[in-house]
Amino acid sequence: MTAFDPAPPTVRAAGDPSAAEGMVFHIMRFATHDGPGIRTTVFLKGCPLACLWCHNPEHRRDLPAVVWDGRRCVGCGACVASCPTGACIAAAGKIRLDPSRCRRCGRCADACPAEALERTERAVRLETLLETLERDLPFYEESGGGVTFSGGEPLAQPAFLLAALEGLGRRGIHRAVDTSGYADPGLLAAAARRTDLFLYDLKGIDPVKHRRATGVDNGLILENLARLSAAGAELVVRMPLVPGINDGHEDLAAAGAFLARLPRRPPVDLLPYHRAAAGKYRRLGLEPPLSGTSPPAAEALEEAARLLSSFGLTVRIQGEAS
Amino acid sequence: MTPRIERLRERSLQTPVTLSIERALLVTASAKRHLGRHSVPVMRALILRDLLTAQSIHLGQDELIVGERGPAPRSVPTFPEWTCHSAEDLRRLATRPRIAYRIEAEDIARYEAEVIPFWQGRTVRERIFQEASPEWRAAYEAGLFTEFMEQRAPGHTALDGTIYRRGLLERRAEIAARLAALDDLADPHAFERAEQLRAMDIACEAVIAYAGRHAALAAEAAAAEPDPARKAELSRIAAVCRRVPAHAPRDFWEALQAYWFVHLAVITELNGWDAMSPGHLDQHLRPFYEQGLREGTLTREKAKELLSCFWIKVNNHPAPPKVGVTASESGTYNDFTQINLAGLTPEGESGASEVTTLLLEVAEELRLLQPQPSLHVSARTPESVLLEACRVIRKGFGYPSVFNADLVVQELLAAGKTLADAREGGTSGCIETGAFGKEAYFLTGYLNVPKILELALNDGCDLRTGRPLGPRSGKPETFSGFEALYAAFETQLRWAVELKVRMSHRIERIVARMCPAPFLSVLIHDCIARGRDYTDGGPRYNTSFIACVGIGTAVDSLSAVRTHVFEQGATSLPRLVAALAGDFAGEEPLRLRLRNRTPRYGNDDERADRLLQRVYGSLLQAIDGRPNTRGGRWHLNLLSTTCHVYFGRMLAASADGRHAGEPVSDGASPVQGADRSGPTAVLRSLSRIDQARAGGTLLNLRFLPEVLQGEADLAKLARLIRTYFRLNGHHVQFNIVDDETLRRAQRRPEEHRDLLVRVAGYSDFFVDLDPGIQEEILRRTAHAAG
Repeated sequence: MTAFDPAPPTVRAAGDPSAAEGMVFHIMRFATHDGPGIRTTVFLKGCPLACLWCHNPEHRRDLPAVVWDGRRCVGCGACVASCPTGACIAAAGKIRLDPSRCRRCGRCADACPAEALERTERAVRLETLLETLERDLPFYEESGGGVTFSGGEPLAQPAFLLAALEGLGRRGIHRAVDTSGYADPGLLAAAARRTDLFLYDLKGIDPVKHRRATGVDNGLILENLARLSAAGAELVVRMPLVPGINDGHEDLAAAGAFLARLPRRPPVDLLPYHRAAAGKYRRLGLEPPLSGTSPPAAEALEEAARLLSSFGLTVRIQGEAS
Repeated sequence: MTPRIERLRERSLQTPVTLSIERALLVTASAKRHLGRHSVPVMRALILRDLLTAQSIHLGQDELIVGERGPAPRSVPTFPEWTCHSAEDLRRLATRPRIAYRIEAEDIARYEAEVIPFWQGRTVRERIFQEASPEWRAAYEAGLFTEFMEQRAPGHTALDGTIYRRGLLERRAEIAARLAALDDLADPHAFERAEQLRAMDIACEAVIAYAGRHAALAAEAAAAEPDPARKAELSRIAAVCRRVPAHAPRDFWEALQAYWFVHLAVITELNGWDAMSPGHLDQHLRPFYEQGLREGTLTREKAKELLSCFWIKVNNHPAPPKVGVTASESGTYNDFTQINLAGLTPEGESGASEVTTLLLEVAEELRLLQPQPSLHVSARTPESVLLEACRVIRKGFGYPSVFNADLVVQELLAAGKTLADAREGGTSGCIETGAFGKEAYFLTGYLNVPKILELALNDGCDLRTGRPLGPRSGKPETFSGFEALYAAFETQLRWAVELKVRMSHRIERIVARMCPAPFLSVLIHDCIARGRDYTDGGPRYNTSFIACVGIGTAVDSLSAVRTHVFEQGATSLPRLVAALAGDFAGEEPLRLRLRNRTPRYGNDDERADRLLQRVYGSLLQAIDGRPNTRGGRWHLNLLSTTCHVYFGRMLAASADGRHAGEPVSDGASPVQGADRSGPTAVLRSLSRIDQARAGGTLLNLRFLPEVLQGEADLAKLARLIRTYFRLNGHHVQFNIVDDETLRRAQRRPEEHRDLLVRVAGYSDFFVDLDPGIQEEILRRTAHAAG
């Protein structure tokens, strides 16, 4: 790790008030691709990585609290009237938030009748979250499902995550954590004690390429993966396959060799790059990344799966034999 | 699919639907002959006999199962004794762009000369409207409710297994014994019973003779047939038709043909609404299938071919066309024959077998409009059967629909059926629960629940026309709070239900007096024992149903008023009502606030779902348990077919932000697009009402195809269904289609002739749907993959 890397998060002290409230950008019920069975996935804000292909740009902390969709706006002014600090400004037929005055309370979005203003984050109290997650308990039970924490990087809100995992454990609900692995080893170990399954992202083995694609070094990520494997944690390794970035033969062969050397060989899910997030980027006022990149061809996916399988790994392609 | 089945299927799909006037001519001549000379039941039986004796019969190339209601496949008769089409009606049917019924000009002329003059003033429809009070008529014309029996006879008939065990000759012996036991001294009504029993006997004899005509035709064809293979088939057909339905069937082929003759006779006798269904066909056929395999007289392939022949037969029978208002209520060729699969046996065991699988395969391969299969899932149903059904669901034809067999049993028990009768029951039509072979289930029409709320908001007046309809329940400015408004809603609801029930009681008597159904009565227990007709309390169970439409729209509207008027004070009730009357002109922010900032049903939000429970409770209180004229009771179901589009047209803007004229919510489903928290939230919301107290609750769910790509996804769908049923849900059906496909089909209908979608309790070809319904399906929330 170099001085330029953002520091991986550390466990905060017990009794940390952030255990009582977390920043969430989405809760998705009937999530069917984030672990076994029917699940609810909680998307937590914040991520120390900045992957070029990121499919969930809403995690970014530097986004305004609220984004405006001009096609929906009816110009009623309810947002401006609701703002306690005068941060919400109507000018030239547009609604704009003055970042210097915005306290990120989201009242303007709540006041908007037209859903033209959309919150990019929501502070959720732990009890409220647990109550929401418990709602689909019968569906989890019937399907062998549960709750998945994703993001962003869920470990970026460590106290809240641990408290939520703890609460779910008391309720007997299966817990999965979808992580980049870029986290303090102590924190990860603490999470592992409260987690039934890690969906562990592996974005590449080559450190230079990794840094170029994600903004961080992968040494910690690979070490953490090895530690979790050694500790006997349930793991599914998820490999995003982004053409031209991490899908080269040598990239995949290196990944296969690394995974095959782990104390317990984890199953691998290949996640083909897709462009479904482009609309989200535009809604957030961001330019969609990798606009020149196409999703991998079916043959390329199968080839990648074959290559990884040759290392004795069980490989699934998301959306197919998942 | 064998080449034979491919040819038969193609013919069934390509043959245009025509209207045949043969039945009308024969019925008219027969009625002229018999009217006034016999009791009404005997006259009806004689008319059936004349029909079955004289109407053209058809034996098609390649066919193994034989018989058509009309002179040829896809040729549909009319029923002038019930509803006599005018020449204008016939011309409109022939030329309308969708769901047309071709008819030659000379046939229309003949209809005008021979059929219409005789029936004028004699039809059931006219008799019904004569009895309608001005108050009923005003409510009916305002779209507050519909009335099924002004168009068609009571239907929803599904059979139990009796016809496979006892032939019609045996039933005639039963009738004779019952007649012999009648004693006019001990039973003052013995004479009426005797007339009814005589009518049943005439009907049985007529149906046996009808099968005999087919036997003779097949024998004749066999004699002339040069191809030895076909010759043998024709000889076999002749033998089968000589055997059934006079005698009980002995093998798989005979069993299917026996049912088919019985089916044809029922739909020739009268035009029952939701046609006629075999009930648990897989259970009925299972012994014949297993015996055939055991004895080496049947193979899986042969059984499948026979089932396919039967399936195509049903598809050859489009619904008889309606007139007037109900053309938009239910614009479809589908006549709603539903095949119940799996479920429970009367002894409570799983009813699934290899025949279940065969029927699912047939439905999937043939991809026809009719019949439509439904899978009945009990806790005892093997997962493999559910997964097979999910695999067909994934194809996106909208079927099979899926029912909770254990809840259906509860519903039937709650409605007073015995345990064995309840288990042998199931669903017919769309989602309507009945005791197969033992019940006359009269669905009397749809009730526009949001319209009732509209009356409550406007002192009993129609908001579209200003016309007073219901009682004066208070002007908007007089309501002190939400409870006062809710009390007005209940006042209007009670009034509307009582108006409908009062009239339905007259209609039930008119039907029983004018158009009894002696042949159908033979098939339904205990008509023979009671010596009473199917329409007149003869069956073991006699229920009357009101289908409540738009509960989602009503709940969301109530929730919106409570939230924005009474809790947040964003507007006053008079101002809101004025905005509704003006269809939100100049009030777009208010409309959006009502639509987007209201706790809405379908999101697992207790604030809305408690209102759902409350409205459902009010509906039950107003309807459930009232006695009808046939010794049975009134019940409700939550079902709309396509009536939610018609009811929406008759409704001003509503407080959930819906514009005037737009469809209301379908079945028991949330308002289209209001459910935004995923399918599990929808299921939890709807499971908050005690569905065991309804005779069926219809839920549409739509998924994008990507959700069900993998095998694991399929298992998740199965678990979703199981969980809903564990929460005591009655029914769920799926559309697996994205917007782009539907939009493409709208632009290029000719390229999407085969795109089947789930509409209400049935699937239909998307391009055949009324544009209003097409849009309504597009508005339904499409759940994406997570």
